[in-house]
Amino acid sequence: MLSFLLRRLASMAGVLFCVLSLTFFLIRLAPGGPFTRERKLPPAIEQQLLAKYHLDGSLGQQYVEYLSDVLKGDLRLSTKYRDRSVRDLLAQSLPLSALLGSAAFLLATTLGVWLGSIAAIRHGTVSDSAAMLLALLLISIPTFVAGPLLVLVFSLHLGLLPVGGWTSASSLLLPAITLAGPAIASIARLTRTSLLETLQAPFLRTARAKGLSENRVVYVHALKTALLPVVSYLGPLAAQLLTGSIVVETIFNLPGTGSFFVNAILNRDVFLLGGVVLVYCVLLMGMNLLVDFLYTWLDPRIRLEA
Amino acid sequence: MKQPISLRPGLLSRLFRKPTALASLSLLLAVLVAAVFLPIFLSHDPHLTSLQTFRPPGAEHPFGTDLNGRDLLARTLEGARISLLVGFTGAAVSLLIGTSVGLLAGYAGGRLDALLMRLVDVLYAVPRLILIILAGFLIDPWLQRNLASFQGGRWVGYSKIAILILALGCIEWLTMARIVRGQVLTLKTLPFVEAARVLGQSPVRILLRHLLPNLSGVIVVYLTLTVPAVILDESFLSFLGMGVQAPQASWGTLLSDGATALNPVQSHWWLLLFPATAMSLTLLALNFLGDALRDSLAE
Repeated sequence: MLSFLLRRLASMAGVLFCVLSLTFFLIRLAPGGPFTRERKLPPAIEQQLLAKYHLDGSLGQQYVEYLSDVLKGDLRLSTKYRDRSVRDLLAQSLPLSALLGSAAFLLATTLGVWLGSIAAIRHGTVSDSAAMLLALLLISIPTFVAGPLLVLVFSLHLGLLPVGGWTSASSLLLPAITLAGPAIASIARLTRTSLLETLQAPFLRTARAKGLSENRVVYVHALKTALLPVVSYLGPLAAQLLTGSIVVETIFNLPGTGSFFVNAILNRDVFLLGGVVLVYCVLLMGMNLLVDFLYTWLDPRIRLEA
Repeated sequence: MKQPISLRPGLLSRLFRKPTALASLSLLLAVLVAAVFLPIFLSHDPHLTSLQTFRPPGAEHPFGTDLNGRDLLARTLEGARISLLVGFTGAAVSLLIGTSVGLLAGYAGGRLDALLMRLVDVLYAVPRLILIILAGFLIDPWLQRNLASFQGGRWVGYSKIAILILALGCIEWLTMARIVRGQVLTLKTLPFVEAARVLGQSPVRILLRHLLPNLSGVIVVYLTLTVPAVILDESFLSFLGMGVQAPQASWGTLLSDGATALNPVQSHWWLLLFPATAMSLTLLALNFLGDALRDSLAE
């Protein structure tokens, strides 16, 4: 167990290193720089700015210096939001994104698993087809269409919920639904396929023969095993939802982390991009590790090997 | 591990017995035909502005007009052309890269396999949007240079679309590579591959003549699911203003215009409704088709 954990942590550190290097070189090699403006800066001033942000010298030098700073826990200053540290920007925006993301995650897992199990248990009936049609619809409607439509109906026409901004708990409802939509569909489809397969398994005959009630057989014994593929989808999903989404943040006017992913690239804000990618990558790998541990609990036959 | 499945004869007849597959296929064909041929019969140019701004749908403009008085039907059809073009060619690029990487990694094994699969792992760990945008930035100057000198620069106006296709194709291949590799790993232990090797056939011939045909089923199914994914990503980038550039329109740019035109005072609902319906129906049909194809292969 301990050796598994140690090996996984080592490989995670390796991936993290590669990802950070990749983003650094990609954004530094992209045309334009953090201080490229339509009106060209005088060379002396640009040089000074570059020196201030440690972006002078050769690319290799900049890279090594940046990596050593990150290792020391210094994510550096943002080049766009002057004099604000990346750590500061993340600390301010992540809590909101994480809150919204958790709400969406909870919504997606409960509704998705529920929809998928109904479809599997009533396989071949109208409820099955209806559930799967709904799932495909949710996948086919992009968030940037669903968001404005929800606002139009629930906020503008019915006046039930706030249009946008971050004022009360109810202002998170529409963004969370928008964010959860496609995830509900994917989870429902995965749950249905997996549960259909599990329902044929011999161990359920044993469970029924023991005299367990049908509900217990399906919802406890079968569903627990059937959730394995769903759980491995949940790892990346959680990382994605918790770090925010630019679409939802733009539509609902929320100050979250998601918009940094795109804006940092557009502003060639090297260190802010590095920061958000770092957070995303750590979350993703942490969640995947968690998924592996969940596996052993869901299916005791599985042993952890790195 | 399930047996690898190839495209066997009888697949199409099994596919056409499913009403959803038939309906999806007809819908897709209808959209394709409308996108390509309907503009010939329409009197409105998708780029022609007029004073008739924000007209609701009527006899003159069946889908209404937008902020600049352009006919929305003509714009939606142009959007269909561009979105479908990007979707299909982008998926084709991803197919080419993903299959090659998967075949190579699975068949070669050893160091090369480990290296390629670690590359896939690393690329998976970076948010996809970031990779697509950065890939676009890196391709941009190279493509501009080449397009300017190619055939007297007549394709320069299409550079944004070409960048989208290349960038999306270069990023969307990861899952395809993993699936193909997994299948190759099972296939290459089967007796017929060994027989081919004993007969002294070259690795390239074994890959192309013996392995690839056996992989066709998986590849086709996954390709049907990649097309809608690429269309979604394209429209997403266009929605953010980083995809197709005005005056050209894709479904993404139209949806972005439609979303900004929604306000409590005057709701220009048609600007969102028509492009959204067109796009969602197309994606729905593609997804249905992919599902039906997968089921027919498994039967």
